[in-house]
Amino acid sequence: MNALAFYLAAVIAVAATLLAIAGKNAVQSLLYLAVSLLAVSIIFFGYGAPFIAALEVIIYAGSIIVLFIFVVMMLNLGRRAAQAEEQLLPPHIWIGPAILAALLAVEMIYLASMAAPAAAPAQAAVSPRAVGLALYGPYLLGVELSSMLLLAALVGAYHLGWRRQAFPEVKDGESSSSAAPGGDSLRAGGRRSAGAA
Amino acid sequence: MFGIARTIWDIFLHGFRRRVTRQYPEQPAYLPPRWRGRIILSRDPDGGERCVACYLCAIACPVDCIALQATEDSTGRRYPEFFRINFSRCIFCGYCEEACPTYAIQLTPDFEMSEYRRPNLVYEKEDLLIAGPGKYPGYNFWRVAGVSIGGKDKGEAENEAPPADLHQLLP
Amino acid sequence: MISPHPIFSLVGILLVVLGIASGLIWLERRLLALWQDRYGPNRVGPFGLLQVLADMIKIFAKEDWVPPFATSKVIFVLAPAVIILTVLMSFTVIPVAPGIVISDLNIGLLFFLAMSSLGVYSIVLAGWASNNKYSLLGGLRAAAQMLSYEVFMGLSLMGVVLLAGTFRLSGIVAAQRRLWFVVPQFLGFLLFLIAGLAETRRLPFDLPEAESELVAGFHSEYSGMKFGMFFVGEYIGITLISAMIAILFFGGWRGPLLPPLVWFLLKVFVFLGFFILMRASLPRPRFDQLMAWAWKLMLPLALGNLLVTGAVVLAMHG
Repeated sequence: MNALAFYLAAVIAVAATLLAIAGKNAVQSLLYLAVSLLAVSIIFFGYGAPFIAALEVIIYAGSIIVLFIFVVMMLNLGRRAAQAEEQLLPPHIWIGPAILAALLAVEMIYLASMAAPAAAPAQAAVSPRAVGLALYGPYLLGVELSSMLLLAALVGAYHLGWRRQAFPEVKDGESSSSAAPGGDSLRAGGRRSAGAA
Repeated sequence: MFGIARTIWDIFLHGFRRRVTRQYPEQPAYLPPRWRGRIILSRDPDGGERCVACYLCAIACPVDCIALQATEDSTGRRYPEFFRINFSRCIFCGYCEEACPTYAIQLTPDFEMSEYRRPNLVYEKEDLLIAGPGKYPGYNFWRVAGVSIGGKDKGEAENEAPPADLHQLLP
Repeated sequence: MISPHPIFSLVGILLVVLGIASGLIWLERRLLALWQDRYGPNRVGPFGLLQVLADMIKIFAKEDWVPPFATSKVIFVLAPAVIILTVLMSFTVIPVAPGIVISDLNIGLLFFLAMSSLGVYSIVLAGWASNNKYSLLGGLRAAAQMLSYEVFMGLSLMGVVLLAGTFRLSGIVAAQRRLWFVVPQFLGFLLFLIAGLAETRRLPFDLPEAESELVAGFHSEYSGMKFGMFFVGEYIGITLISAMIAILFFGGWRGPLLPPLVWFLLKVFVFLGFFILMRASLPRPRFDQLMAWAWKLMLPLALGNLLVTGAVVLAMHG
């Protein structure tokens, strides 16, 4: 990989992540996070994993961060939220962990530079086909397990989002007879309460 | 789903229909003779100004766009010294035409009077006055109403019928 | 065929795409007029072709206004650039004709999906930075709509990927040597068409900007060339979706007699016309209908399509 591109992307990723942590405005922090994810995606791409790079952008930068921004926009955070954010992290709270983490980082950089430069990892690009074969060959169990996990998350989210009654003033017995007409029947709650009754 | 496809197909077929747009400057629009458009001041068949500067049009005008000043010539005949219509205010309601006792002010089937500058929409008397009698050829107010001249009242001159009695229903 | 240097492809594709996008403004107005029994712009130049130029002069002469109450002026200014950037980036992987492609990535299709998912940022941030209720609502709608439709947009294309066995767009075109994928993947084609409309926020799905309820939605506060960039971005977007439909389902540049480039442009323009026809004919759905379609109808259909395609491919090869 072009070393310059790597270092540029790496610096951008680190700086953007730091700014995302330090930012007071939630939307701006999320934007920095998106930039950081894009930079990481470029690093993946440079190291011959274009499939992962694309997924990083599609799923993380393109969907999850957008969802976060969506939620933050809904919350309508104002100036007071920014002030609260400011008071949330006074220096005396973060200075200690930061020093310790910096020591660890120095140690890791030292060790990494001391280690004999291993044979450069195979630069051959990993094609999507190879990723698929690996996932559904040797790592099939992992894929299935993670899919189970996601299913559990899905069921949990569904349960949390399940409104027992679309219209609280209507009794259970009545709601089945007066099945909401027209567009209201599209709402999951109305239909389910009708079925449950 | 079928309905959506049907809609799209129907709209597509509209591409082969006749277009209803009239290509205006090339195909002039038909304006009926009573169209209320640009206002003019007409003249008698003899060529004299019809306007007697009675101010009725200016009073009738709901947007106050007509301004005039009455004056008299050497024979004591009233006529407007100036007559000004601000067409940027005019709403072409035609009340001035209805109010006019002498058929002097008339609305014409013409609306192409756009200007780039607003002051150009203020028409003076020389812009308004036309050469002909407009919608009422042959009508001469003074011939109908009669004129009182020095020493003789209306209808008293030779070859002149007495004026109609307004307080009587008979013809 | 001799493949030109990528730089020439790049400059050529950029110029052609921008040319098409600006020409589309004229084409759309003329076609909409045709389908509404009108004439459309026909005064400036032959057939009104110079109308684009007149509009451009007008839009450049407009006051370039940044609202003083904007939440973030930097983001307000950057948002329109993002949409142009992401859509133009997608064109790098589009194979226009054999050899004429800027970068024939082996993840071309994924790159297209990634760029289209990044395009959401432009709308959402524009709505957020405007600090205006209607803009914010437009941004929220855009985020929800584009996320929902992206989900099955990707899935609807996986049938094509299964049949072609590659994400490389030129490989997908090559795989349609005998049969256009629209035949085995008709459902996928329909789904992608609908998702493409929703992704570009074209008229049946223009809820983020819905003039009648949101006063132009996310770009209420934009004027001058910043508004123009949203405008042109939308047109480049539908050009992109048309090109993708032509490549994925209609054999890309393949066709008899005419040279490949002409075939490609022909197919792209047919779909551009179809997009405009959709705009001329269909009304805008309600937002809950929009979301219900995406999650309750389109997503299961896309998954079923993928399942059946996978089973058939497995049965034929295994």
